[in-house]
Amino acid sequence: MTKYLLSVHSVEGEVRDPMTDEEMQQSFKQLGILEEEMKSAGAWVFSGRLHEPDTATVVRMSGGEVVTTDGPFAESKEHLGGFYIIQAADLDAALAWASKVTAAIKVPIEVRPFAETKA
Amino acid sequence: MRDGDAAAKLDQAEVGRIFRAESGRSVATLIRVFGDIDLAEDAVQEAFAVALRTWPGDGLPPNPGGWITTTARNRALDHLRRESRGRELLSEVAVLSPGNDDPGMPEEVGTVQDDRLRLIFTCCHPALSTEAQVALTLRLLGGLSTTQVASSFLVAEATMARRLVRAKRKIKAARIPYRVPAAHELPDRLRPVLAVVYLVYNAGLSGPAEPGLCSEAIRLARILATLMPDEPEVAGLLALLLLTESRRASRTRPDGSLVLLGEQDRTQWDRALIQEGQAIVRRCLRRNQPGAYQVQAAINAVHADAATVEQTDWSQIVALYGHLLAVAPTPVVALNRAIAIGEVQGPAAALALVEELDLDNYHPFHATRADLLWRLGRHSEAAAAYQRAATMAPTGAERDFLRLGGRASR
Repeated sequence: MTKYLLSVHSVEGEVRDPMTDEEMQQSFKQLGILEEEMKSAGAWVFSGRLHEPDTATVVRMSGGEVVTTDGPFAESKEHLGGFYIIQAADLDAALAWASKVTAAIKVPIEVRPFAETKA
Repeated sequence: MRDGDAAAKLDQAEVGRIFRAESGRSVATLIRVFGDIDLAEDAVQEAFAVALRTWPGDGLPPNPGGWITTTARNRALDHLRRESRGRELLSEVAVLSPGNDDPGMPEEVGTVQDDRLRLIFTCCHPALSTEAQVALTLRLLGGLSTTQVASSFLVAEATMARRLVRAKRKIKAARIPYRVPAAHELPDRLRPVLAVVYLVYNAGLSGPAEPGLCSEAIRLARILATLMPDEPEVAGLLALLLLTESRRASRTRPDGSLVLLGEQDRTQWDRALIQEGQAIVRRCLRRNQPGAYQVQAAINAVHADAATVEQTDWSQIVALYGHLLAVAPTPVVALNRAIAIGEVQGPAAALALVEELDLDNYHPFHATRADLLWRLGRHSEAAAAYQRAATMAPTGAERDFLRLGGRASR
């Protein structure tokens, strides 16, 4: 089994058709069902949704001291909005879960393997 | 099998040719057994070095493919025994591959053909870029060296080496599976496989930087057609390649310049390839599950039927382009359909269709416009269109052709 990070990237200020409340509820419901499905299949490891990037704080080493600054770390338009960590037999199995997530929330999902060698 | 005299004549070039024809099979089998692409590649490469040393003297082994697989497998086992990481892998291999797949078995047995099919689906996995898919397929299944793959696509060798390393790393890290997709996944997964083979053929056709790319593509298409006899588009692709190949020698003059279909010496067309291609097209028609490759093959089969360009059944070709436009609605197909309509209804009708297409960045669009304008007597507009096409065309025969106003021989 390999662990994969399925990350949900949101693009700041991207013009998308805003979801209606009804669509939003539908989407949440689908995600709930999907998460249950992941759990019963033994694929789910962890998942979470993040607050907006302007809630982030960065700590770094500077001159031998830890300095704390207001985040986010990367001045980019794309931010991690949420993620799943799943375990799957191979990439096809991981992509199958990712396809279900993107179908539910209609945004692209990046699938990336964890570097750990043996679980 | 060869007798002593024949074996003595086996030179290094011949060893290389046989080896290249057989190596894809061995690489595929070793990847299944050891689960490691690099190990498989290196071991087969070492087996090649042994073959170069021993075959010219000892003669060709009775089963060269089996010999390569066995020799490479033993080399891989030697490597694994020497490394501690290898010993771990070896214990896994023993667990994973019972019976026939025991890597210690000296005889070549088991699902050899399926291995090549597995390998091509791994190489052409949609998670890899098209460039990586093509490079991996040529390297692992075609047995081309990295240098040869690089020169096939006019890419620096270092760039190609990096591309291959990165693709192999991704296969390993992301665990791109080594298996033939299930029936319900097959339509989606077959598409890039066929596209890669077609791309390899066209690379050979338009820029003969690496001789043998066209025959390599046909070889791959034949393997696919043998391994997936029930896939109509696989048959369609093979037929399309065979029919295109039948005209390849007539397509260029000795100086490398391009000869249009209508001006080719049709007695030079390869009748054996045409017959084989047309037989496949007829089987496809009976099966009646048309797809883009099959329809293109059918169009080529109609051309191949005509002893002279005047005898071409253009209305049949127009009808086939209509079908093609239905399954592959692209402006390029619409352009080719317009050209065929031009042969039935005249250049004015064709030009009207062509002018509606949004293909300004596609040089054959300008070449087609130029030809139609010329035939309508609008010579200065035609000259401007040829100029436009020539500046956009890639270098080589096609560009020279367009520079000369596309009328070198008229």
